[in-house]
This record gives sequence, structure tokens and C-alpha cells, in this order.
Amino acid sequence: MAHPVMMDPPRQREVGADVYNEKLGMWIFLGSEVMFFTALIGSYIILRVGYPQAFGEPGQILNVPVTASNTFLLICSSVTMVKAFAAIQDGDQRGLRLYLLATVVIGAAFVGVQAYEYTALIHEGFIPSGYIEGRHFAELAAQGELPANVGIYGSTFYTMTGFHGFHVSMGVICMIFVTWKAFKGKYTAADHRGVEVIGLYWHFVDLVWIILFTIVYLI
Amino acid sequence: MADGQEHAHPNYWGVWAGLAVLTAFELGVAFLPWSKQAIVLILIGLAVWKALLVALYFMHLRWEGNRMRIFAIAPLPLAVIIVIAVITEFRW
Repeated sequence: MAHPVMMDPPRQREVGADVYNEKLGMWIFLGSEVMFFTALIGSYIILRVGYPQAFGEPGQILNVPVTASNTFLLICSSVTMVKAFAAIQDGDQRGLRLYLLATVVIGAAFVGVQAYEYTALIHEGFIPSGYIEGRHFAELAAQGELPANVGIYGSTFYTMTGFHGFHVSMGVICMIFVTWKAFKGKYTAADHRGVEVIGLYWHFVDLVWIILFTIVYLI
Repeated sequence: MADGQEHAHPNYWGVWAGLAVLTAFELGVAFLPWSKQAIVLILIGLAVWKALLVALYFMHLRWEGNRMRIFAIAPLPLAVIIVIAVITEFRW
């Protein structure tokens, strides 16, 4: 259905920028986030190319099926987020609340699965500094079935996925606030800036995970 | 979306299905007994494809004006520069 986009609520607008200030600010913030994650991912790639013997092959240490399921969860949360945005564009308050609530739940589930993944990895003996002596992975490494020294692997893996998980967690907290405002009827078809701005952040976090999942878990 | 523009809602569930299928495809390709280079190339291609789907349809860059698109892609050349800078500093 055709819909008017953000008709003209009273708000500040950057001259010549085409968009309202909050959205412009979010895009600038996302630009800085691109640089942040580029530093992390770029370092990982360079270290991986430089020391291939210090990294595990896909599925050797990391649990790909669990993470693939988590990737699917994040994709689902992205579609519920954009459906919430579409709902409020059409003035559908019920749809907005329903989809925002779904996004919060699925986003929190993603963080929960990541916590489970970390717990399982640590239990098996894979920590940021390498292996824990006497644990399963350390024994496999001693038998030559895993790389002998995975300190670089552990530190880069936990740094990248940890920072991403932190971003998702912050997103869930902000989303709870937006959902609370939605239940109070603060958003309308004419003015739903908060929904669009948090949506941009949420989709960006999804986009970063798409890259991380491929580079860290599958390659 | 640029203020004042109008367009029909895209088929968001279609984009979601595309992302899910591409993810399943990635999982299939990652464990094929092919050369590592070929697998890496395909996986990066699929990841870029998925990222573009999210940026264009979920973040609505497809319907943004040129200025917002420039805002969105402006960090990418800087990202390339930072990676090249680190590579030149690195001693294998």
C-alpha cells in the first residue's frame, strides 16, 4: 500500500540533508560504527592470513549449527523490525506494538544463544587466551587434532563477537524503550522518528553479523 | 527514506526468505570439498549479497536520495584505507 513518509512533523532539519536530524545523526553514528568494526574484522583477516596455523577450520572449535540458528534469529528480528516500521507508516498501532515486541524477544533470544555458545566454548576449554589446560579442546590439541596455540584466535573471536553481542544487547535495551513508547501511543503515521532510527541501528547490527558469521564461522 | 517520498511497501517477507535461503546456501558451500579459494570467494559474494539486501530493503537505501546514499557509503573507502594501512604495517 502506498503511504506518505514522515509528512512534516515539527522538527529540526539539516539544511540540504534531505532528512531530519535524528536520522542524519544515526547515519553518521553508523559511519563511525563501520570504522569500528572494520578495525576489528580487518585485524582478524590480517592475523588469520599471517598465522593460519593459529586458527581452527570451520566447525573444528566453533559450533556452526548453533550460530547458524542464531543468524536465522537475527534475520527474523530484522524483518519484524521493518514490519513494525511499515505498520506505523500505515498508522497500524497494533501491528507496530506486535512487531516491536517480537523484535525485542527475538533480539534477546539472540543474546541468550550467544551466552550459551560462550558458556559451552569455555566449558570445552576455549577462552580468549587460548585453551584451558586439561579441558577437552586442550586434549584434542595435544593429540594434534586442533591447532596447538590459539591465543590469537581466541582473542580475536571473543573481541569481535563480544562487541557485536554488546551492540545487540544495547539495541534490545533501546528497543524496549521504543516499544514502551509505542504502547503509550507516542508514534503516529505522521511522526515515527524513533521507530525509524532504532530500526536503522538494528538492521546495521544484523548486517555486521552477516559479515561476521561468514568470516569468523564459515571461512 | 527521503522525506516526502512515497512508495509501496516492498515485499519484506520475500527479502527475509531470500536472506534465509542465502544463509542455508552459505552453510552448504562452506563444507563442500572444493578448493579453499573458491569457497572463500563464493562465501564473500553471498555475504555481500545478503548485506546489500539488508541495506537496500530493510534500511531503505534503495529509496533514499543521493545525499543519504553518499552518507551511507562514505565510510567504505575509509574502511579500505584502514585495512591497507594495517597490512603495510604488518610483518609476516
